[in-house]
Amino acid sequence: MSMVIDEAPAGGPAPEAPIEAFTVTLIIRRFDPDTDTEPRWQDFDVEMFATDRILDALHKIKWEQDGSLTFRRSCAHGICGSDAMRINGRNRLACKTLIKDLDISKPIYVEAIKGLPLEKDLIVDMDPFFESFREVQPFLQSNSAPPKDKERIQSVADRARFDDTTKCILCAACTSSCPVFWTDGQYFGPAAIVNAHRFIFDSRDDAAQTRLDILNDKEGVWRCRTTFNCTDACPRGIQVTQAIAEVKQAIMRGKP
Amino acid sequence: MATTIESPRTPYSVPRKRGVNWEKWGWIYMRASGVLLIILIFGHLFVNLLLGEGIKGIDFGFVAGKWANPFWQVWDLLMLWLAFIHGGNGMRTIVNDYATRPLTRKILLGAILFSVVAEIVLGTVVIFAFDPCPAGSPADLLPSFCPVNQ
Repeated sequence: MSMVIDEAPAGGPAPEAPIEAFTVTLIIRRFDPDTDTEPRWQDFDVEMFATDRILDALHKIKWEQDGSLTFRRSCAHGICGSDAMRINGRNRLACKTLIKDLDISKPIYVEAIKGLPLEKDLIVDMDPFFESFREVQPFLQSNSAPPKDKERIQSVADRARFDDTTKCILCAACTSSCPVFWTDGQYFGPAAIVNAHRFIFDSRDDAAQTRLDILNDKEGVWRCRTTFNCTDACPRGIQVTQAIAEVKQAIMRGKP
Repeated sequence: MATTIESPRTPYSVPRKRGVNWEKWGWIYMRASGVLLIILIFGHLFVNLLLGEGIKGIDFGFVAGKWANPFWQVWDLLMLWLAFIHGGNGMRTIVNDYATRPLTRKILLGAILFSVVAEIVLGTVVIFAFDPCPAGSPADLLPSFCPVNQ
């Protein structure tokens, strides 16, 4: 990786300094259901560059130090939503968290997201999360057929109404950062409400009333305390709390 | 037994729950009562602490004078009911969020309900049954503005 430069030409740019590598300590919350009864913290030292991501650090540990470390990741570019985890107490995508944005003079704590059953190391059971996602009917339901051989037309303003919530990648960072969800697993959670919002405010969809009825439940939008943890956690920058507030308003109006 | 299979295009309908949606009305109540309480409480503080002689004017006679007026009786009654139900509902929410054991939750919610009901009942009785000069009391226990007993 190093380049040999004989002599910098006079007047030319000064030779670049070699890229500095740091030793970063990661403390990872491990849990092996076959041997452990309780999760335990284990620390690892890895050589990292400032531009590396936490996911690279996890890869390095898994490939070079401890092959039993278990975590989910697929695309590694912040789109698939597989690698949401709690990094230094905040829900982040491991593939979007750069080493340079963290204070590496202290160890970096990495653990699985909270509120969902822990299966192994950084992997949780996502079934309850997707169960409430499915319950809000996150698919287009229209009572009319589209014009023959044409798409359903929508104005720019109508599209803009739910633009923010189309960005969700279902990583569960918001839902598992919600203190209401931590204590009450029955709560739909921010992610399900965001995905309901995406169809409730879609002018092409005709089942908004059904979804509003579903969310007007005891465990629906009224459980939201506007803590803003979800907005803070969302790796896609979705204004989650605002979306939930818009659904509340729609329920009180009785229509989107 | 014959089994009927629904047509695959049958829309899934959610059974609508009957009765009052308490979570929704609780949420609306918190906002509505909050706005009213801001007016009531700051009005209360302004009249009691700033107007007239200010804080030095507050004594038994001052309170008795206020409650002789139906306007202040209604004001204080509203403040009492709105504030206690608002506070009780807020405490209920906190207990629901943080008490994980069902028994702890039951005990705490029961205690909140009991104290809210007790305070509201006692407060309401005091506002309406308040008499600064109860008949037949010894004169040395009565405030100076009471008509002297024969």
